[in-house]
Amino acid sequence: MITSLSWIKNHLETKANLNQVAERLTEIGLEVENIKSSNANLDNFIVCKVIKLQKHPNADKLKLCDIDIGSGTLVKVVCGAQNAREGLFAVYAPPGSVVPKTNMKLKIAKIRGIESHGMLCSGYELNESSDKEGIIELNKKEKNIGEKYFKNTGEKTMDIAITPNRPDCLGVRGIARDLASSGIGRLKKQPPIKINQKFKNPIKVSIKKEKGQGCAIFGSVYIRNVQNKESPDWLKKRIISLGLKPVSAIVDATNYVMFDLNRPLHAYDADKIDQEIIVRNSKKGESFEALDNKKYTLENNMCAISDKSGVLGLGGIIGGTRSGTEMSTKNILLESAYFFPTSTRKTSKMLNIDTDAKYRFERGIDPDSIKIGLELGICMILDMCGGEASKFSIEGKLKDERKIIDLEPEKFSKVIGFTITSAEIKKILTSLGCSLKMNGKKMKVLPPTWRPDIKEDIDLIEELTRIKGYDKVPLISPEKENVKDTLNYRQKIFHFAQRSVAAKGYTEAVTWSFTDSKTNILFSDLKSEIKLSNPISTDLDVLRSSLYSNLIIGAKKNIHRNFEDLMMFEIGPIFKGNKPGEQSTMIGAIKTGKYSRKNWIEKERNFDVFDIKNDALRILNEIGIDSSKITVSNKSKKWYHPGRSGLLSLGSSSGPELAYFGEIHPSIIKKLDLKTDNILGFEIFLDNVPESRKKIREAKPQFVVSDYQKVVRDFAFVIDEKYSSGEIINFVKKIDKNLIKNVKIFDVYQGENITSGKKSIAFSVTLEPKDKTLSEKDIEEVSKKIISIVQETTGATLRS
Amino acid sequence: MENFNQIESEILNKIKSIKDRSSYESIKTEIFGKKGIITELFKKIGSLEQLQRKDYASNLNFLKTKVTEILEKKLENFDQSEINKKLKNEKIDVTLPGRTFFTGKIHPVSQVIDEVTSIFSEIGFSVEEGPDVENEYYNFSALNTPENHPARDMHDTFYLSNTKDLLLRTHTSPVQIRTMLKSKPPFKIIAPGRTYRHDSDQTHSPMFHQLEGLHIDRNINMGHLKGCLYYFVKKFFEVEKVKIRFRPSHFPFTEPSAEVDIGYKIQDGKIKIGEGDKWLEILGCGMVHPQVLKNAKVNSKQYQGYAFGVGIDRLAMLKYGINDLRAFFESDIRWLEFYGFDPLDVPTNYRGLSR
Repeated sequence: MITSLSWIKNHLETKANLNQVAERLTEIGLEVENIKSSNANLDNFIVCKVIKLQKHPNADKLKLCDIDIGSGTLVKVVCGAQNAREGLFAVYAPPGSVVPKTNMKLKIAKIRGIESHGMLCSGYELNESSDKEGIIELNKKEKNIGEKYFKNTGEKTMDIAITPNRPDCLGVRGIARDLASSGIGRLKKQPPIKINQKFKNPIKVSIKKEKGQGCAIFGSVYIRNVQNKESPDWLKKRIISLGLKPVSAIVDATNYVMFDLNRPLHAYDADKIDQEIIVRNSKKGESFEALDNKKYTLENNMCAISDKSGVLGLGGIIGGTRSGTEMSTKNILLESAYFFPTSTRKTSKMLNIDTDAKYRFERGIDPDSIKIGLELGICMILDMCGGEASKFSIEGKLKDERKIIDLEPEKFSKVIGFTITSAEIKKILTSLGCSLKMNGKKMKVLPPTWRPDIKEDIDLIEELTRIKGYDKVPLISPEKENVKDTLNYRQKIFHFAQRSVAAKGYTEAVTWSFTDSKTNILFSDLKSEIKLSNPISTDLDVLRSSLYSNLIIGAKKNIHRNFEDLMMFEIGPIFKGNKPGEQSTMIGAIKTGKYSRKNWIEKERNFDVFDIKNDALRILNEIGIDSSKITVSNKSKKWYHPGRSGLLSLGSSSGPELAYFGEIHPSIIKKLDLKTDNILGFEIFLDNVPESRKKIREAKPQFVVSDYQKVVRDFAFVIDEKYSSGEIINFVKKIDKNLIKNVKIFDVYQGENITSGKKSIAFSVTLEPKDKTLSEKDIEEVSKKIISIVQETTGATLRS
Repeated sequence: MENFNQIESEILNKIKSIKDRSSYESIKTEIFGKKGIITELFKKIGSLEQLQRKDYASNLNFLKTKVTEILEKKLENFDQSEINKKLKNEKIDVTLPGRTFFTGKIHPVSQVIDEVTSIFSEIGFSVEEGPDVENEYYNFSALNTPENHPARDMHDTFYLSNTKDLLLRTHTSPVQIRTMLKSKPPFKIIAPGRTYRHDSDQTHSPMFHQLEGLHIDRNINMGHLKGCLYYFVKKFFEVEKVKIRFRPSHFPFTEPSAEVDIGYKIQDGKIKIGEGDKWLEILGCGMVHPQVLKNAKVNSKQYQGYAFGVGIDRLAMLKYGINDLRAFFESDIRWLEFYGFDPLDVPTNYRGLSR
C-alpha cells in the first residue's frame, strides 16, 4: 500500500512529520518498507521552446529541432511529430530520464545519422492521454522555459506492508485511524456530503438467489449527462504516485475512492448495458473480454455481473471492455458492492487474475461502506465531469455476523506479561472503532464492521499490545533447566556421522531435495518416481531417491572447472514415496580423481575401492558399530561397477544394510559425460544403524587380558577364485572361536604358475590362548585342523 | 710390590694409541682380556701376604676403575663421532611437501544448526524433527491458515499431487502440530530442517532452512518469548549487547505476532551486528494462537506459550558475511572450502560456539 503524508493528513490532524509517522506505523504493525521521492524521474521533464526547425537530411518525416531549455545553450533534438514547429512550447525529456509510458531510459542516440539529445514528449508517452499523435502543446510564456513540467512531484511516498489480516489499512483512512489510536494525531470526521438525487436509477439490478452466489450487496447509482475528461493535476498525481496510470476522470475517481477508503467502485458506461444488471453464477464456457484486454473463459459458479446479452465483468475482480467507460461516455452506472472473500479468491486463482479490487475483496471489505463509497464517488465525478446522480439503489443484504466478545483484563496480563487498566482498554478499543460495554470487570466488545479479523479475545489483546507498544512487554530471562536430553539417539548419530565423514576428508555439500529425473533414475530402485506437480525447472522435477544424483551433478561442475580430485558428501533425506514420512536419512559420499597426483614422495594413483571401503568402515566404527559385527559381501546395486562394489551389513550378509560402497558404473559415468575415469562412492543407511541399548559405561565388558603369549602362523592356499576373501576369513575364524583371535589376508595372487580359475591366497592367523601357553604341539594341531578344514570345504590345496 | 704408577702410565700410553674401534678392541683385550695386564694383576692377589693384600687390592681396584672409565669415554667418543658423521649425510629439505592428506569441511548451514542447537540446549530446549513432505492439513489448516486464506499467498508451494493435498513443507511450523499431537504438555522444543518455496532469485532459493521453536507451559507469556529470543540473538552473534526490536506483524498461527529486527551498521564495508541505526528482520514469532492449540489437542485454557521461526541460511549469511543465498546449494568446492568449518570445530556451550 503506497501513500503519502499529505494524503494521510486528509484524514488525520497531526503535527508529526513524515519520519515520525513512518516510525509509528512500523511500531504498530504497519511496516513502512521504504520511503521514496514519489517520482524523482518526473522532475527531469521540463518546459521548453522550439527555437529553430529544419528538415532531417536523411528522413522525410523527421525534423531537427534546436530547443531552448533555459540552460543558456540550445539543445539539438530529433522529432517526428507533425505538430512540431518553431515557437512551440513543449515538454522536453533529457537523456537519462525514463519515459513513464514505456519505462525506457533515454540515451543520447543517433537517429538516421544525427544525434538527438533527449526528446519532445507526447501526452501518450507521459501517460496523460491516449493520443499518440503529436507532441504536447503548452500554453506557456518565455519565463516558463526551464521550469519543471510536473508540479509537486517532490512529495515522498511510503510503501507500507499491510498484513493479510488488515484489509481496513488498504485504504488511507484505515491507516490514519490506526495512527490516531496510537496517539499521533486526531482522526478527522468525514465531511458530510450533500448531493441532489432526484431521479430513480433507471437500470434494474438483481442478485440471483443461487447456491454459492458470490455477491451479497450490490449498490449502484446512475449518473447522467457527464462529460468525461482527463483528471485534474492533483488527482493525476495521486494516481501516478500509486503506481497506476491516470485514465480518465471517471476511472481515476473510482481508483481514488478505493485507495482512500478501501472501497472499490466500478463505473459502467450505462448506455452499453443491455437493459439490466443481473448478478449470477457463471456457466462453464461463457466468456468476456476484460479491461486488461484479455479474453477469459469462465467455469461454473463464478460471480458474473451480466446483462441481457451476457457477462459484463467478474464481480470484485475485473470489469469488461464491453461496458467500459470512454472519453465519450455520457451516462454511467457506478457500482459499490460486497463480494465474498472466498469466492473472489477462488475465481481469481482459477483465472489467474490479480487486481487491486480483488486484493481487497478477498481480504474483506467493510460491508457498511457501500453508501459512503458511492457518495464520495458521485461527489468527485460530478465535480469533474458534471451531470446528475440518481437515487441509490441497493440490492441484497449481508447478515451481520459480528459477535460480542468477552474480554477480561487479567487475560491480557496473563498472556502479555504486563497489566493494562480498564480505562486504557476502553480508550484504545474505542479509537479503533469498537463499541464497549462494561459488565463488572468483564467487558463486552463489539468490533467495527471494517475489522473482519477481530473475532475473539486474543484478537483484542493483540490490538491492545500493538497500540500500547511491543516495547512495553517485559523481558523475562530464560531458565537454564534441562528436563529432556537435547538430542535423541538418532540425532546424536546424525551429528557424529556428519563430522566423522568430514574428518575423513570429505567436504559437505547441501543440495536440493529435488533433482533431475533423468539422473535420478540411474540411482533409483523405485518403481515410480516422485514427481513435483509444479517444479521450479524441468531439471529439478522429482524428489531425489538417492544422494548420488545431485552430488555427481555438482562434481561434474567442479571437474569442468578443473577441480578433478574431489571428495564431497551430503547427509540428508532421500524419498521413497510422496506421503509424509516416506523418507529416510542417508549419507552419500563420492570421491573422484587421484589419491596423490605428481608427488615426489608417493606413487601417483587413482582413488580405489579400498579407499572408499575403508572410509565407510571407519565411519560405521566411529558411530558405534563394532567391526566384528560388520559383514562385507559383494552384493551391489545397479549403479555400481558389478565387480568393484560391495555391501556392509550388520551381522550376516543378509542382515540390515549399513552401507553400499564401490565404483560408480562406467556406463553411468559415460552417460553423464563426466570428464573422469573413476567416481567412487558410499551410501550409509543411517536409519539402519542399531540403537545401542546400553550406555557406554554399561556396555563395556570387564577388561581381561591374557597373560599367555599370542602366536601368529601364516598359511597359503591355492583355491577356487569363486571364494571371496571375506568368506575364507569367516570360516577360518569359525574353526576355533576361542583360540583364533584374528585372520588377516596379506596376499592374493592370480596369474603365472597358478591354474586359471584359481587364486593363491595367503593369510596369517593370530592365536590367543586364554588359559595356558601354547606348546608347539598345540599349535601344530590347530594348524593341521585349519589346513584340513579349508581343504575339505573348498577343495583348496596347500601352497608349498 | 708392583709400581702402580708405572703400570698406569703404561696402560694410558696404550690407550692413547687407540685409533679406531678395532684397535680399541685389541687394546681392551690387552688390558682386560684373559691374559690382560689388569687381569694378570688380579690373579696375583691370591699369592700375596695378608698384610700386603689390602693395599694391593685397593690400588688395583682404583686403577681398574680409572682405566674402565677412560675406555668407556673413548668408546662414547667413537659413537658420537660416528653419529655426527651420519648426521652430516642425513640432511634433507624439510620444506618439501609431505604425503597426501585430506581435510573435509562442514557446510555453514550444518554448523549454524549446531550452534543454534547448542544455544537452545542450554536453556532447556530439545530437538524435534518432522517430514519434508507434508499434507495440506499440517502445513496450513492446522496452523489456522484455512484454504483460500490470503496468507497462503506468502507461501508459494511445491505440490506433489494435483489435488494439492501433498506438498513440500513451506515452513517448519508443522513440526509444532506433530510434536503436540504425539505427546502431552509442557513442550519446549526446537525443530531445524529443510523448507521449500516455489521461488528463485538472488535472495530466494527454492529450498532453504528454518528453525522452529515452541515453548508451551502453564504460564508462559510474551515476556518469556522476548527474553528467550534476546538471549538467543546475543549468544548467536557473540556480542555483549544487541539492539533488538519487536515489531507487530501477522501470522495466522500466532497472536499476538511479531517480527524481530536487529540493529546493524555497515563499517568498512562489513556488516556489524548489534549496533547502528539500521534494522534487519531476522525472525517471526508470537504467542501460539488458541485455535492452533485446540487443533493440536492442547487445552488452551490451561496452557499457553510462544513459537518462533528463524531462517537458518540467513543467520549464516549474517554471522559469516556470506552474500549470495543460492551459492549455499551449488556445491562449488571453492565456496564450500572457503565458508566451510573444520569437522572438529564442534560448537558447544562450554568451549564456545566458534573459534
